[in-house]
Amino acid sequence: MAVQDTSPSVGAMERLDREQASVQSATPAAKPVRRLPVQKDWPAWALISAQIGILIGALSLWEIGARAGWIDAFFWSQPSAIAHTMAIFFASGDAWTDISFTFRSTIFGFLLGTTAGSLLGLSFWWSRNYAAIVQPYVICLESIPKLALAPLIILVFGIGLVSKVAVATALTLVVSTLTAYAGVKALDPDGEKLFYSLGASRLQVFRKLVVPFCLPWIISVLRVNIGLALTGAIVGEFIASQHGLGRAILYAGQTYDIALVWVAVLVLSTLAMVMYATVSWVEGMLRKGVRQ
Amino acid sequence: MSSSAPKLCVADVSMTFQTRSGAFRALAPVTLAIPQGRFVSLIGPSGCGKTTIFNIIAGLLEPTGGRVLIDGVDATGTIGRVGYMLQKDLLLPWRTVLDNVILGMEIQHVPLRAARERALPLLHRYGLAGFEYLHPNALSGGMRQRAALLRTLLFDTDVILLDEPFGALDAQTKLKMQEWLMQLWSDFNKTVLFVTHDVEEAIYLSDEVHVMATRPGRIIATIPVPLARPRIRGSVLTGEFLAIKERCLELLHLEGTASEQINEAA
Repeated sequence: MAVQDTSPSVGAMERLDREQASVQSATPAAKPVRRLPVQKDWPAWALISAQIGILIGALSLWEIGARAGWIDAFFWSQPSAIAHTMAIFFASGDAWTDISFTFRSTIFGFLLGTTAGSLLGLSFWWSRNYAAIVQPYVICLESIPKLALAPLIILVFGIGLVSKVAVATALTLVVSTLTAYAGVKALDPDGEKLFYSLGASRLQVFRKLVVPFCLPWIISVLRVNIGLALTGAIVGEFIASQHGLGRAILYAGQTYDIALVWVAVLVLSTLAMVMYATVSWVEGMLRKGVRQ
Repeated sequence: MSSSAPKLCVADVSMTFQTRSGAFRALAPVTLAIPQGRFVSLIGPSGCGKTTIFNIIAGLLEPTGGRVLIDGVDATGTIGRVGYMLQKDLLLPWRTVLDNVILGMEIQHVPLRAARERALPLLHRYGLAGFEYLHPNALSGGMRQRAALLRTLLFDTDVILLDEPFGALDAQTKLKMQEWLMQLWSDFNKTVLFVTHDVEEAIYLSDEVHVMATRPGRIIATIPVPLARPRIRGSVLTGEFLAIKERCLELLHLEGTASEQINEAA
């Protein structure tokens, strides 16, 4: 509105501009007055109520829609049925066995992949020749979609926990390797010079310079890796497994127990969030430790 | 201690790098003999091989010719014989100032506790009191250089090499650091080889200034500085000081025009 008030018409303005330019007048063309757009923050309670409101609204719509027949409850299930199945799943089902199975394969895969990958990445510091020889293979490994190898891994390692750990490891290992190697490459050669001028051995340089320097890099992939490890474990369970939340989802889907699919997905999301939060906390602690 | 054998001797050291475009002579044979407890500076244009000489003395670079002798013993290509402070302070950000300062001792396997006990009083005496347990990122540029210098001193070698330690500091801090370094040097009786771009700094601090030239790097003049010690700031305005400074600047200027002509011809 204000813009229109101050500028009578575009044509007139243009004419004015041209005239001003021709006489080299010092007065600039009137510019529309603009203010910095300011957003007012809502109070926390309002934000939280809005968030909860959306959730309740969506669930209610879903339930009402299913009951009224707008939504096909056979394919989409409905919140009340899901809640009921959830209760059964935890009371009499395999809930805890499945959770523990998926949790263990994720954690083992995460620890194994992250540790082995970081060590492999750091090992490239020791010899430039060795790094040059091995590096193309690591890059190849990175470009292979590891999940595509999952069926092979299951064949080799069987349908038990080990194969799920192996898939999770395959996903996390390469990321950790490349990140740790990026740390090694970022090392200041003058830092090494300082250590050697003080008469340090290779091992001393590695322990007192390379490892502490690369730690922030290694720590930075922990959160990414916990997500990758979980993905690996679930895919492993999809392919062949007797336990686990991934198997529960697959089994429920194949038997058209859609409510159970939702239950397993919900539990899985909760597990993922808990692990992610834990790893973020560990990361924060490690960062603090590294800084000190 | 004997005046016959110099503490540090650089005997006909030369360096040629093999590059893709052929051999590059970084250093023509350079000879330096520095008695115990002397403060000697190298000045010269960029690329005249000052840092190359330092790397060779510190054993980080094997010269293509000549030898480095410390106390008359061959030390060519051996590391850990001299304290070397590089241009950057290179303090490790994950260590406290105290633990940075004892790095040299730690590498030499001095027990941590003993090393810290030795370092603490020095940190207090030389202007780092109250900073011992902070991390380097909490320190100003001057403070960081102090810590880096104390790290070099505590490495406990008779010879220390300082490569433009005050190059990145502002003018005022630089003056303060020069006084501080003089104090340290007279307290510890070290043999110091100092690289700088600042002619006045070189003369003010040194017993002897070597002027270097480039292509290939070599020493073109050795100028003794017979000014009495301890020196005061005002001495930079005395006729004697100014005469030395003029001589140095003249040599550098001549060298500068000469190398420009070579560059133009090439």
